Amino acid sequence: MEHVLKINGQEHRVDVDPDQPLLWAIRDAVGLTGTKYGCGVAQCGACTVHLNGVPVRSCQTFVEDAVGAEITTIEGIGDKVATAVQEAWADLDVPQCGYCQSGQIMSAAALLSETPKPTDADIDSAMSGNLCRCATYQRIRGAIHEAAKRLEA
Amino acid sequence: MLPKKLQAMNFAASESSVAPTLSRRGFLISAAATATGLAIGYQVLGAKASAGAAGGPLSPFASYVEISEDGVVTVLSSQFEMGQGAYHGLATLVVEELGANWDQVTVRGVSANNDLYGNLAWGGVAQGSGGSTSMATSWDRYRKAGAAAREMLIAAAAQSWGVPAAEISVKEGVVSHASGRSAGFGALVKAAASQPVPTDIALKAPSEWTEIGSESTKRYDRVGKTNGAQDFTIDVKLPGMLTAVMIHPPKFGATVAGFDAAEAKQIAGVHDVIAIPRGVAVVAKDMWTALKARDLVTVSWDESQAETRGIDEIFTEYRALAEQAPTAMARNDGDAAAAIGAAETVLEATYEFPFLAHAALEPLNAIAHRDADGVLNIYGGHQIPDLYHYIVSQVTETPMEQIRMVIMKTGGGFGRRAVGDGDVVAEAAMIARAIGYAAPVKVQWTRENDMRGGRYRPAYVHKMRAGLDKDGKLVGFENHIVGQSIVAGTPFEGLIQNGIDQTSVEGASNQPYAIPNVAVGLTTTDVKVPVLWWRAVGSTHTAYAVETFMDEIIEATGGDPVQYRLDLLKDHPRHAGVLKLAAEKAGYGKKALPEGHYHGVSVHESFASYVAEIAEVSVEGGEVVVHKVTAAVDVGTAINPDTIKAQVEGGVGFGLGSVLQEDLTLTQGAVDQGNYDSYMPLRIDQMPEIDVHIVESDAPPTGIGEPGLPPIGPAVANAVYRATGTRVRILPFAKGMVA
Ligand code: FES
Ligand code: FES
Repeated sequence: MEHVLKINGQEHRVDVDPDQPLLWAIRDAVGLTGTKYGCGVAQCGACTVHLNGVPVRSCQTFVEDAVGAEITTIEGIGDKVATAVQEAWADLDVPQCGYCQSGQIMSAAALLSETPKPTDADIDSAMSGNLCRCATYQRIRGAIHEAAKRLEA
Repeated sequence: MLPKKLQAMNFAASESSVAPTLSRRGFLISAAATATGLAIGYQVLGAKASAGAAGGPLSPFASYVEISEDGVVTVLSSQFEMGQGAYHGLATLVVEELGANWDQVTVRGVSANNDLYGNLAWGGVAQGSGGSTSMATSWDRYRKAGAAAREMLIAAAAQSWGVPAAEISVKEGVVSHASGRSAGFGALVKAAASQPVPTDIALKAPSEWTEIGSESTKRYDRVGKTNGAQDFTIDVKLPGMLTAVMIHPPKFGATVAGFDAAEAKQIAGVHDVIAIPRGVAVVAKDMWTALKARDLVTVSWDESQAETRGIDEIFTEYRALAEQAPTAMARNDGDAAAAIGAAETVLEATYEFPFLAHAALEPLNAIAHRDADGVLNIYGGHQIPDLYHYIVSQVTETPMEQIRMVIMKTGGGFGRRAVGDGDVVAEAAMIARAIGYAAPVKVQWTRENDMRGGRYRPAYVHKMRAGLDKDGKLVGFENHIVGQSIVAGTPFEGLIQNGIDQTSVEGASNQPYAIPNVAVGLTTTDVKVPVLWWRAVGSTHTAYAVETFMDEIIEATGGDPVQYRLDLLKDHPRHAGVLKLAAEKAGYGKKALPEGHYHGVSVHESFASYVAEIAEVSVEGGEVVVHKVTAAVDVGTAINPDTIKAQVEGGVGFGLGSVLQEDLTLTQGAVDQGNYDSYMPLRIDQMPEIDVHIVESDAPPTGIGEPGLPPIGPAVANAVYRATGTRVRILPFAKGMVA
């Protein structure tokens, strides 16, 4: 069945089942692979994308529910907040394997858009759905604070 | 990961002094003695000569460094990148000596030439990454390659400019002469490649280093890991590529008896459903189609050879074995039994360690693609590339020369990508062959495949005894370890010596404390759950048993956890050095901790790196909260201090998750956990602040991918005891705190 998905400002026609998880439509049908598969059951956050600016787990979002929404993936975030987050991530050398980091950055950017000056507790609660098996958490906290600081300046 | 050694071995700076503990020949013969085809294949590979073996020294451009005419410097890495920073480490060595600019540098994994890429820390017997040896094996090799490439670029410039080579310098990617002439690497590389290869290469003195030891160097690959650009195996796109998902036996050792895929094949986009020796593969146009079809396949299993015991039965057996005499001794100093028999005070404790899953975030995968030239390209996380190369050749009956291994970075690894039977890589090859190489095929395990796919950190029981004489002096120490061998039945079986699999006892057999009578024994069990090296291998359990039991002993003597250890570490200055530094930085015994907070101490050497950790812990409503961990590490020369810190942070987080809550269990042989909801690595809200300090050293570099992990469990456990009076001897804490 054909659906139109608006991803990163561009419309993509995809021929997939309506109940297909958005994750696989983004990765396989559209071909954007920055969004990762880690668990498929909303436990790891590697597949996090923004739906109308709100972070969702694309592995648990059906294609039919994403039709008509503005979908943003790691390849498409480029606003001020997201850029500050990405730069802080690179400057603090957060990634190890890097596999979780698209999802981490999508969650972090959403957090900072809502809460420009998060506390450690805010960070822990907003980010606890994003697993990092390499345990880069200390730097994730640090990079979020750093991005907040830069955005304030 | 791979065992670092056949016995304790000091890494040394020069290639020749990294003496193989066994000769290559010795290794191969012992490996071949496993009588498996794999071992023999490994032997064939090992015998492969390098291009330069016959003539003079090999050009760096034919081995370790490529420079393109547009100036891109590609470091050809013998070491595997799974997140630990090996690629960046090797690149640092090349950049330092070559004088490259980081912006022009990239790294690619290479294989199929053991003379060039064999791991020198293993005596060069095979290429592979493990035992935290990437820097030790590369330290000379890659600096020399960078230096030789620099000399050849200079020679080319001297020739073309008609000036003496001595007047030419190289800095940040620019070759320049006092006259003002300068050129980039790309412009010179063609002429450079035909220059004589220097035989006597002077490496920079440490005082001249600008990259090695620099605090400010950032990982070359960081940006691609923040914008989605970094490709992993899961992301590889090939024209017409199919995706396969696997149905594996529900119990280890079961095999496919039959299957019905009629309904699955009705689904549009399903290419085929096939049985291979490792299970049933559903091959479809994309992942979701394959997953949907997989639900419709029914498989019947032959479980006659399967493991059918549950975890409780396994532990019951282990506990009983632990009470009997060990079947082999790994260490026997003096007479521990007699000393403990005559002791005034005897301490006893039994520890239980569960199976643990690697659970890397990228589930296992591999791609097989026979291209138009008939070359079979195998993409994947090839941590032991030559072995996988051989396995692919065997399962597809394809000559080795017609197979190309494409080495991808992986989303974590922790040892899981180094498997004796090549599991997922073999699957990709088998499936590609079964579908007649009709299209490239990617095998992608689901999280559940990955969790239930075996290859766990083995479960172990440790029985400990210690004796104090009437003066309170520690006179005897016994440690009996019961559990599976990681290497038995694999191409690495030659590593078992005198009945001892070193990976079962490392960290216990070489515990450093000055005790007159020490006995470390092993009983190797027979369980059909496949096991594997898991970040820090033997030290994941031996450090816990030794360091928490030491804490009990110290308490019985009335000593101080830091001072008592130091007193017994007089002959081990590097252990003592990190312990002192960690204690000082943590303010141990000096700083007043907040109400209800306690310090726990641990020190451990693994893979020739020394790490002490002091954990600040409170227990609130039964919940263990780790507030801060102060770590001190001695890894010899610190090549990339920030990577070292990152690996200690990661090792602490990885290890902390395992002791707090990771627990892989079985019921009647079937794994109970399937996903991260039931197998629970650490999350951010449990992550302590971690403060890492590096001991200054000019000793040759050792590794840090693993050694940060072992001390964290015992450091936390020792603090928990202070907070609660409970000695946690059954892991994880989620189980052991209530037991
Ligand atoms: S893949 Fe969606 S949360 Fe893990
Ligand atoms: S960086 Fe490896 S999983 Fe997060």
